[in-house]
Amino acid sequence: MKPAWSVILLTTLIGTGQGLFLVAFSIYTFGFPPEAFVFLACGISLLLLAAGLFASFFHLGRPERAWRAASQWRTSWLSREVIVLPAFMGFVFLFACLGSFWIGAIAAILCLALFVCTGMIYACLKFLQEWSSPLTLVNFFLLGLASGVTLAVPLAALAWPQAAGQLALGAFFAGAAAWLARCAALVRNALLRPKSTAATAIGIKHPRIVQKAQGFMGGSFNTREFFHGRPRLVLRLVRWSFLLLVFPVPGWLLGWGGGSLAVLAAAFALQFAGLLAERWYFFAEARHPQNIYYQSAS
Amino acid sequence: MTAKQLALVIDLNVCVGCHACVTSCKEWNDAGSAGPLTDQNPYGKDPTGTFFNRVQTFEVGEFPDTETVHFPKSCLHCEDPPCVPVCPTGASYKRAEDGIVLVDYDKCIGCKYCAWACPYGAREIDEGEKVMKKCTLCVDRIYDELLPPQDRQPACVMACPTNARLFGDVHDPESAVSKAIRERGGYALMPEWETKPANHYLPRRKNEFKE
Repeated sequence: MKPAWSVILLTTLIGTGQGLFLVAFSIYTFGFPPEAFVFLACGISLLLLAAGLFASFFHLGRPERAWRAASQWRTSWLSREVIVLPAFMGFVFLFACLGSFWIGAIAAILCLALFVCTGMIYACLKFLQEWSSPLTLVNFFLLGLASGVTLAVPLAALAWPQAAGQLALGAFFAGAAAWLARCAALVRNALLRPKSTAATAIGIKHPRIVQKAQGFMGGSFNTREFFHGRPRLVLRLVRWSFLLLVFPVPGWLLGWGGGSLAVLAAAFALQFAGLLAERWYFFAEARHPQNIYYQSAS
Repeated sequence: MTAKQLALVIDLNVCVGCHACVTSCKEWNDAGSAGPLTDQNPYGKDPTGTFFNRVQTFEVGEFPDTETVHFPKSCLHCEDPPCVPVCPTGASYKRAEDGIVLVDYDKCIGCKYCAWACPYGAREIDEGEKVMKKCTLCVDRIYDELLPPQDRQPACVMACPTNARLFGDVHDPESAVSKAIRERGGYALMPEWETKPANHYLPRRKNEFKE
């Protein structure tokens, strides 16, 4: 698939916003944070969610009709996401203003539901075998959570310095868990065997089928939307960069970087860059079966 | 399962790859209720545009034992269309009365999720109109009582010079399309995804000459 920046930004920004809210709410429930920290974390979370929502509009051909996307919640995970995201934002806002546990709990449930909706948009497409796995949901959740906790560390350094150490420890383990789960998905996908072949695509049982013409020579939606069009080397570089940036580099900065605000902020910035690379790769590594019909034009 | 299921049956044994169905489809649907089907750069260096129907060519076998297979490709009007439930606006739908899968161009937001959800790549975004487009089985032709009865067929079927395209109700066991599927080994594309395409393809046959 061709990675779309609007969707990459949507999924990474809201993932971080969701993770950050979960941190703020669990600290609010189990610790004694200063109000300023909870307020700051919820505010930043809302900003990230709003930025993600804004980015998503650039994916639409007809953004002025976006309101219609809330209508098919019975069948469409995308429609469910369109409903849950603003609802979650509303409850984060109320929680930040009122600080009630029950409002926060509703927001936390909506937050988890949003992770499920976002992940299922991809995981429910069964012939996109790279996505059609519970690991897709696990990764959206763990990567979002990890980036949220990592962002909470510099925020704590600003508004609640005595908790920054413990949060850094949490960010370290959340990053490690996300990294391991992503590695598991990489291994799974490397072992996948595509169910569709040229033989099933055109229904001729022969091991050697070569495409000679696609029906056009100037390209089409099919050749633009479903191919990333980058050499294998670029894919490998992107994979290695996110494998370094999602956990090892920020983990090292958090644990052994000295703990200054600049280092903590850099840890988050590098991890977020890693998440952008990870999401780019997530799209690029998915091989759509329609591509079998667009292999060559000679 | 819909009572009636209109579909195309495409005979790969006689398709000569002339693209008459492609141009006829484009001509009708550019001006019909699905139109315009916009093109970008039509006379420039990299022409591209929206089509409902394409004819591709494959070479099967190892030289010198090769066969050239021309393969017309359009929406298969699946009985269990994966593109329909994923649509967030309800723009993508399957008609109960005849099983045609259609897009309501006034409701489509152009999110392309349905195209991702189609394993066949049958849907194409119209870059000019910014909405998703696909084969309608010429829904604005086949029920038009102003046309003479023999013309109430999809434009691609009308255009085919070798009669490689049959049109009819595949749920009616006595229809010509059902008989062709039954008697000549009609098959569906990518059965592994259980989309149950309504369109079927008739395989190539070895021609036998009797002395």
